[in-house]
Amino acid sequence: MTDIQSIIRRRKRQDAVFNILGIVCTSIGLIVLAALLIDLAIDGLPRLSWQFMTSFPSRFASRAGILSSWVGSLLIMIVTASAAIPLGIAAAVYLEEYARKNWLTALIEVNISNLAGVPSIIYGLMALGVFVYALGLGRSIVAGGLTLAVLILPIVIVATRESLRAIPQGIREAAYALGATKWQVVRDHLLPYSTGGITTGVIIGMSRAIGETAPLITIGALAYVAFLPPSPISSSPPFVSFEWLNSPFSVLSIQMFNWVSRPGHDFHANAAATGLVLIVATLLMNAIAIMIRYRMRKRIKW
Amino acid sequence: MQQGASPTPRDFSPDQGKEPPVSVAQIPVRAWKQWRDRAIEFVLLAAALTSIAITAGIVSVLIYESATFFRHVSFVEFVTDTMWTPLFSEPRYGIMPLVLGTLVTTIVALAVALPLGTIVAVYLSEFAPFRLREILKPLLELLSAVPTVVYGYFALLFVTPLLQKIVPNLPAFNMLSAGIVMGIMIIPYVSSLSEDAMRAVPMLLREGAYALGANRTITAFKVVIPAAFSGIMSSYILAVSRAIGETMIVAIAAGMQPNLTIDPRQPAETITAYIVQVSLGDLPHGSIGYQSIFAAGITLFCMTLVFNILGYFLRRRFREAY
Repeated sequence: MTDIQSIIRRRKRQDAVFNILGIVCTSIGLIVLAALLIDLAIDGLPRLSWQFMTSFPSRFASRAGILSSWVGSLLIMIVTASAAIPLGIAAAVYLEEYARKNWLTALIEVNISNLAGVPSIIYGLMALGVFVYALGLGRSIVAGGLTLAVLILPIVIVATRESLRAIPQGIREAAYALGATKWQVVRDHLLPYSTGGITTGVIIGMSRAIGETAPLITIGALAYVAFLPPSPISSSPPFVSFEWLNSPFSVLSIQMFNWVSRPGHDFHANAAATGLVLIVATLLMNAIAIMIRYRMRKRIKW
Repeated sequence: MQQGASPTPRDFSPDQGKEPPVSVAQIPVRAWKQWRDRAIEFVLLAAALTSIAITAGIVSVLIYESATFFRHVSFVEFVTDTMWTPLFSEPRYGIMPLVLGTLVTTIVALAVALPLGTIVAVYLSEFAPFRLREILKPLLELLSAVPTVVYGYFALLFVTPLLQKIVPNLPAFNMLSAGIVMGIMIIPYVSSLSEDAMRAVPMLLREGAYALGANRTITAFKVVIPAAFSGIMSSYILAVSRAIGETMIVAIAAGMQPNLTIDPRQPAETITAYIVQVSLGDLPHGSIGYQSIFAAGITLFCMTLVFNILGYFLRRRFREAY
C-alpha cells in the first residue's frame, strides 16, 4: 500500500518538476525577447527623433538619419506587395481549385515546399544573376522588390491554400448547382471567404520582407544613399512617373547593418534606433496578423 | 455557414447585369464563359509555374556561375584545401573553413534550440492550460519574426559582452554568441511545429496511458512524442536548414575571417557571411571573386536541399499518419 502511495507521490512530483521546467524554458525565450527590446530601447531611444527620421546618412553619427532608407524600404515593399500578392494568390487558387492530380502538380508542390526552405541569401544570388544582370534591371528598387517578392511567395501561397482548404466543399457544390462556372465560384465565393487568411499570410510575408537584409546586400543595395528616388508624381503630364523603380536604394536593415559593423559607440546608437524602427514595424504587422487570425477563428464557423 | 458579409443577390444569380439574359443568346454566352474560364485557368497555371521558374533560375544561375569558377579551380582543391582566400593576391580556394564555420554555428544553435524548443512544445501541448497556450504560442513566435539584423546587433553588443564575463578571453567576434542567439531565434520553428504534431496525436492514446497509471510526463515522453515523431523530426530538420542558411547574425557577430577551427569561442566565417562580405565590396561582374560567391552558394544550396527533401518526406508521412 505504501509502495503505491510512494509511486503516486513520485509521479506527481515528476509532473510538477516538468511543469516548472516547461515554464522556465518558455520564459527563457520570452526573457530574451524582452531583453532584446529593452536593450534596443535603451541604446536607441535617445537617438530617435524627428531629425533622425528626416536626415540622410552622414559621416557624423549625430547628424545621420534614416530618411533614404525608410523611403527605400517603403518603395521596396510596394514593389514586393504588387508582385507577390497577385502571383501568390493566383498560384494558390490554381493548386487548390484547378490542379489535377498529375506529375506537374506534384512537381509544383515539391517545388514550393523546397522553395520555402531555401536560405534567403540564395534568393539574393539568383536575383543577382537573373534580375540584375540577365534581365538588366541593375541594382534598382524594382530588382530589390522582385527579389523579396520571390522570397515571400511561398508564404503567401501556403497561407492562401490553407484558407481555401478550410472552406467546406458544400459551398462550391452549391454554387455549381446554381450554374456558376469555376471562375465565378472562385471570384464570388472562395476568395471573399478566405480574405482573412490571405491577409494574415500577406502581412506575415511582408513583415518578413521588411527585415530581410542578406538578399538585398547580394544584389548590391547601397548603405550610403544621400538622395531620394525620383518622385512618382510629377507636375507635368503624364503626371505619374515610374522613374523611381530604376533608382538605387538603401533599406532600413542594410543601414542598420552598416552602422552596427562600424567601430565606435556613436554609430551603434544609430543602429539601435534604426533597429527600433524596424522592430516596431515588424511587431506591429505581426500583431495585426495575430489579431485578424484570432477574430477570424472566433467569427467563422462552418 | 456563418459569414460576416451578408450574401448579395449576385450570389444567387451570378450573371445578372453582366451578360445578356441567357434565353436571348444562350450559345454565345456559354461559349464566351467557357473561353473565359479556360483563359483564366491558363493564367492561374502560369502563376503556379513561376515557382518552377524560380527554382530553375536559382539552379541555373548557381550552376552557370560556379561552372566558370570550377574552370579556374579544380574541384579537388575546392574540397580539400584548408585555406579560403579568394581575394588575396595568392588566392586559395578551399571551402572547408567556411563549411566548418557553418557547421559549428549550426551545432551551437541546435544545442540551444532543440532541447528548449522540444520542452516548450511538450509544455504547451501537454501541460499548459488552454488560455495560457493561446497567449504563449504567438508570443514565442514573435522570436522568429524579429529581423535577423536586429539579432546580430543583440548578439554582438549584448550577448557577447555578457558571455565575456563567463568565458575568459572571449574575443569580441565569436561563433558561440552568434550560435546561441541563432538558437533562440529558431526556438519557435521547433516549438510551434512540434506542438502542432503533438496536438495532432489522438486524445485516445493519452487517455489509454492515463488509464494505465501514467502521469503527464510519462505520457508525453512514452506516448505522445513517439506518436508525433515524424512531425517533430521535420521541425528539427527545418531548424537545421534555417541555421545553416542564417546570414546576418553570423555576419555581424561571428567575425568575417575564414578560420579552420571547431572551437566555438573563436571567430570564424560561415558560407553565408562570406557571400555578404564579398557582396559588400564592389567586385566586377565576371571576376573570379564574383564567381566564388556562387561556388559558395551552390555548396550552401546543396546542404539545405538535402535537409529540405528529408523534411518533405517526413512531413508527408506525418500527414498520412492520422
